[in-house]
Amino acid sequence: MTSADLSIALPEILLAIYAMAALLFGVWFGKDRMTGLLIWATAAVFVLLAGLVALGTAETQPAFGGLMVNDAFARFAKIAILLSGAAVLVMGQDYMQRMKLVPFEYPILVALATVGMMVMVSAGDLITLYMGLELQSLALYVLAAIRRDSLRSTEAGLKYFMLGALASGLLLYGASLVYGYAGTTRFDGIASTIQDGQLSLGVLMGLAFMLAGLAFKVSAVPFHMWTPDVYEGAPTPVTAFFSTAPKVAAMALLARLVHDAFGGAPGDWAQILAFLAVASMFVGAIGALSQRNIKRLMAYSSITHMGFALVGLAAGNAVGVQAMLLYMAIYVAMNIGVFAFILSMRREGRPVTRIDDLHMLSKTQPGAALALLILMFSLAGVPPLVGFWAKYSVLVAAVGAGLVWLAVAGVIASVIGAFYYLRIVYYMYFGEEGQPLDSDIGTVQRGLLVASAAVMVLGVINLFGVDGAAAVAAQALVR
Amino acid sequence: MLNLLSIITFTPAVAALILALFLRGEDEAAQRNAKWLALVATSATFLISLILLFTFDPQDTGFQHVEEREWILGLNYKLGVDGISVLFVMLTTFLMPITIGACWKVSHRVKEYMIAFLLLETLMIGVFVALDLVLFYLFFEAGLIPMFLIIGIWGGKERIYAAFKFFLYTFIGSVLMLVAMIAMFVDAGTTDIPTLLTHQFSTGPVSLMGWQVVGGMQTLLWLAFFASFAVKMPMWPVHTWLPDAHVQAPTAGSVILAAVLLKMGGYGFLRFSLPMFPVASDLLAPLVLWMSAIAIVYASLVALVQEDMKKLVAYSSVAHMGFVTMGIFAATRQGVDGAIFQMISHGFISGALFLAVGVIYDRMHTRDIEAYGGLVNRMPAYALVFMLFTMANVGLPGTSGFVGEFLTFMAVFQVNTWVALFAAFGVILSAGYALWLYRRVVFGPLIKDSLKNLMDMDRREKAMFAPLVVMTLLLGVYPALVLDLIGPSVAALVTQYDAALVAHEGASMLAQN
Repeated sequence: MTSADLSIALPEILLAIYAMAALLFGVWFGKDRMTGLLIWATAAVFVLLAGLVALGTAETQPAFGGLMVNDAFARFAKIAILLSGAAVLVMGQDYMQRMKLVPFEYPILVALATVGMMVMVSAGDLITLYMGLELQSLALYVLAAIRRDSLRSTEAGLKYFMLGALASGLLLYGASLVYGYAGTTRFDGIASTIQDGQLSLGVLMGLAFMLAGLAFKVSAVPFHMWTPDVYEGAPTPVTAFFSTAPKVAAMALLARLVHDAFGGAPGDWAQILAFLAVASMFVGAIGALSQRNIKRLMAYSSITHMGFALVGLAAGNAVGVQAMLLYMAIYVAMNIGVFAFILSMRREGRPVTRIDDLHMLSKTQPGAALALLILMFSLAGVPPLVGFWAKYSVLVAAVGAGLVWLAVAGVIASVIGAFYYLRIVYYMYFGEEGQPLDSDIGTVQRGLLVASAAVMVLGVINLFGVDGAAAVAAQALVR
Repeated sequence: MLNLLSIITFTPAVAALILALFLRGEDEAAQRNAKWLALVATSATFLISLILLFTFDPQDTGFQHVEEREWILGLNYKLGVDGISVLFVMLTTFLMPITIGACWKVSHRVKEYMIAFLLLETLMIGVFVALDLVLFYLFFEAGLIPMFLIIGIWGGKERIYAAFKFFLYTFIGSVLMLVAMIAMFVDAGTTDIPTLLTHQFSTGPVSLMGWQVVGGMQTLLWLAFFASFAVKMPMWPVHTWLPDAHVQAPTAGSVILAAVLLKMGGYGFLRFSLPMFPVASDLLAPLVLWMSAIAIVYASLVALVQEDMKKLVAYSSVAHMGFVTMGIFAATRQGVDGAIFQMISHGFISGALFLAVGVIYDRMHTRDIEAYGGLVNRMPAYALVFMLFTMANVGLPGTSGFVGEFLTFMAVFQVNTWVALFAAFGVILSAGYALWLYRRVVFGPLIKDSLKNLMDMDRREKAMFAPLVVMTLLLGVYPALVLDLIGPSVAALVTQYDAALVAHEGASMLAQN
């Protein structure tokens, strides 16, 4: 019994053990000299674990009496989390080195945060949910402030911590209400208290608080305030990490919570999610219009994209979950490419992040400019690039669920959003000549940038089968 | 031949890929190679598309050369042509080599320029052959990317404003259409266009924010499609992006924009609005007819006062597209025949007019009408060609411009006499602005010093105009070339449209009793 449980949680356990071992190793051998090695090792472990998860059983297996569950949905999210984590780690490596920012804790914190995320997406119980979420969050708070000597980085860390603690408090309060009124913390237990699609008032209150807490984690409006500041203040590799894996984890956790625990009463949460979606899409799109810093711009862009993913969830059915998963996978693939480029933005050796630093990039680095152009049009959702299919699938889910108004709001927001993505294209291609950026992009960054752009173009052929995997995952969650 | 349509559609894209991957360098030889490769690729595409034309059976009103393959997210990659779309494919492939010829003098980022045009050709052909709703949308929308870049990188002084305006205007129209398409998918359970053509979308009244929408779902879908196609056409009052885009775009960009991209709107009306939402079309036809009439008169009046030649031609395009929408929504055989004919003929004429502006712009680097005068003294051949297309633009009998206008007028006169009467003023005005432009540019004494050393058209320029001259005159004296090809399909379309209306009336009568 126990050994079966342990084998189900094997990836999480292995990663946790690895993180501990790496910590010991780092402390024992000369600390920061080992950072480069540890980064590569951690990335390799991520990839191996992703392979382990992918090759594992195709069934739904509850473990520890239902506290954790390993199903296709969790596997999909875990693979996305692990692979994006690995990509972010390796692409930030030479940036960290160049900035003389080499605490060996960096890859270890990423690994610990990732353990937390894997627990989150496998949660079958409110306690597991909270444990995973906090493990993730605590690691992320430290990551945001990892440049101890930088005012902005510490400010970002503190801001993130304060607001994150508030959100955790809300979530915990909500969870305790749910427990109080439902009498159990198990998701299936909560689900069994729902009668005729109605939640009791106490559970409903608890649900509202929990959604607020999770909305903070996915940076959905109106809980998005921290996002631009933290994105801007944190070191760029950390920002890249923030914008990818934790978003997938939080979104997957949200999907798991609403479907596994509250799936019997979609009416009660779908409306809240629809509101969050509309607000995020518009605030993100409009907020990004006036940004001059590309990291802040990407922060608002991620708010908009989370809004779109929430549109899928708001549909409240399997199609919606499938659309959300597909959206997140595509979003992560795009963001990795964009951040690989942002990491390479330097002038005379110093990193720069202003959008007008991109002036006439197409002259000095035609390849990188073309890749970024493709990514920008993909982020804007222009066909035939893959970003369009992400938007298309959530819109299909929304219209299919009768939420036509939500779909209309979404496309209007995407037109507003198109403007700022186009502005980047404008700087790269139409602008006047400025002082050029350094043109020696690191090999890893160039590779990820080109790969990401290529995925956006070639995905139109068959989406690399991700839509099929997402469909299987959604079926596992919504029965 | 198997996969003929795929081959026609993707030949230019393959050429673009070859250019992107294998052509290196910025020197003159590389530029020349890029141009020649593009010319060869577009000409080859045209030659292959001739096979399509000759193997096309006009009597068969269904879709021909159909290809179908499974694609992503439950969609199908499905291509096919019928009498309505085949000519647009031909128009595109026919004009592309000429367009490439028009950018022969470009020396700024030639390789990218050629790639943009080649990709654009693939996307334009794709629009006309796609038989899956989402595939159509994909081609329709993706065309924005190369066009945005063409205007933004190779355009004139105000190119950035024009490029953004072009992109955002068209984008907002089409995303609404996307939502409508998804709604159709949800309602009918398929995105297959031939199936959707036979699907009846509900006309039961729908309440929207307290308003009763007559015609129900059909009206809402129709409006969403209209938002997209009206912007694309462009119809008054959403035409304002067009003059900006035209003026700022490079010559070849203007040619393609006027000759093909605008036709996507008209094609969309014929492929979707009319056959799929007949009740809504009938309901809203008076609105469209009046909007068209206003467009014709208003755009002609505006054209009259333009100082910039390209702007003048752009406004005349808006006016001529007014005839197209008028003909389509008259919804009779003559009207639809005339609308298609007008679109094809306008493709030749407006393309040629933009080329003509480009010819003198290349020499003088100005488009101000004021800067010219008396060109006939130095450029007799140019004056002749320009006159022919000016006359064709006015709709002189014997040129293709006449046939389309005449047919649409005849159709509208029977449907709505007042609209026809009002729009007729536009014809007079069009003669006014076109002839006046011609007089100011070509006639009069050659007094400006800057013009005294002008050279007449060279061989390349003559070669560009020759096919357009031939087609304009040929279709002017023998319109059956086009009408025989489109006739049966248009007849089937109109018959089905009328049947749907009769059925709807019958149903609502029944409901009342």
